[in-house]
Amino acid sequence: MLESRVTVKIPRPIYRKIQLVIEHSGFSSPTDFIVFVLRDLLGEAERKSHAAAAGAPHPEEFSPHDLENVKQKLKNLGYL
Amino acid sequence: MIAPHGGRLINRVVDGAERDRLLGAAPKLPKVILNAREMADVDMIAVGAMSPLEGFMTRQDYDSVVGRRRLQRGLPWTVPIVLAVKPGSSAESYQEGKDVALETSDGQLLAILHVESKWKMDKGDEARKVLRTDDKAHPGVQYLESIGDTYLGGRISVVNRLKYEKYHQRRLDPVETRTLFKQKGWKSVVAFQTRNPIHRAHEYLTKVALEVVDGLMLHPLMGETKSDDVPADVRMQCYEALLAGYYPKERTCLVVYPQAMRYGGPSEAVLHAICRKNYGVTHFIVGRDHAGVGSYYGSYDAQKIFDEYAAGEIGIELLKFENSFWCKRTGGMASTKSSPATDGERVMLSGTQVREMLRSGTTPPPEFTRPEIAKVLIDALKAR
Repeated sequence: MLESRVTVKIPRPIYRKIQLVIEHSGFSSPTDFIVFVLRDLLGEAERKSHAAAAGAPHPEEFSPHDLENVKQKLKNLGYL
Repeated sequence: MIAPHGGRLINRVVDGAERDRLLGAAPKLPKVILNAREMADVDMIAVGAMSPLEGFMTRQDYDSVVGRRRLQRGLPWTVPIVLAVKPGSSAESYQEGKDVALETSDGQLLAILHVESKWKMDKGDEARKVLRTDDKAHPGVQYLESIGDTYLGGRISVVNRLKYEKYHQRRLDPVETRTLFKQKGWKSVVAFQTRNPIHRAHEYLTKVALEVVDGLMLHPLMGETKSDDVPADVRMQCYEALLAGYYPKERTCLVVYPQAMRYGGPSEAVLHAICRKNYGVTHFIVGRDHAGVGSYYGSYDAQKIFDEYAAGEIGIELLKFENSFWCKRTGGMASTKSSPATDGERVMLSGTQVREMLRSGTTPPPEFTRPEIAKVLIDALKAR
């Protein structure tokens, strides 16, 4: 099946280091590894950008208002 | 607080301008109508219950999970979380690098899938490696037979949370259960997974566990199950009746686990444990034939599979239990590990025996099931 891919050039020493890093890992090629790392980095950048735009807290944290709503929900269940 | 799998609790729910942008673009996108399993998966991915997944698996993760029970990056993971192009739909409508709208069967837009990967899967290979069988009588194999053979993978952006019809109050996201545990001061929490009503044997396991941890989360699976499993409504009545009368209120909670059953036995046991870790749970009970069906798996295969991983890799402490029963000799609940009883001294009933008793309106012995639970089950059978 065709994939929409482009070629990006990287320095050969880095390529060689990646080859060593992925030995005995789940990455079947340096390309797979590079795609994984870039996807992760871009995802993190996107999350930070959205959070900054919305003034949102970290996903594991609530705003004070949201925290009160959650506490009320837990109280209604008789857990708090 | 225990860290989520992969170290970060995923949140794929978008809001504000990004949500508006996606809502505006969605009508022009090709769409996939999700089935019950996929809808539950979307909702769980959205709130981090399946961290570190940020969407449906790409081919690289899928191949890695099916082939070596790990995500491509090396983290343990045993069950593919995948989206299939529907049978009869043209796979050509979906392209890598493009977006796809994910909708419920009644046309509600849930999420946008950013397609990174599209591939033809091998149903037999997946069945044999994940479910350990390709027997067409296995419900997981039947599911595979029912779906298309092209998978789409990529991150999702959830624009609308799935609207559940029932038990809204008992549906807590990982960030909410983590808040609960923090507020309660529970440093250690055990989760109990079940798709069945809780009988005395299950109650015993949870209470033995509760002796050594701070809190118990009854976490019944309320996603799609086989048609001959006890319906979710009935099971919930059983859990609530049991909770009301037989558990310490201040140390127990009942929370819906929205995932659909795969009936994958050992593979699914690992999935269940990982997801519970994301909810903030530190200990997980795995009993006899966890997530099994029929006789496809050995009684304790679902415990043995955890031994394939190095200590700490799964990150949740496993509480392995053997079959438990009422012991006539010692006059209490016990297991083969703790009781010298002979077979004749153990009060144990098979699922078939229990179903026959309930159908005839006979209350099973109180040593096997609490009278309140028996009443709920008998009433439910009469009402059918």
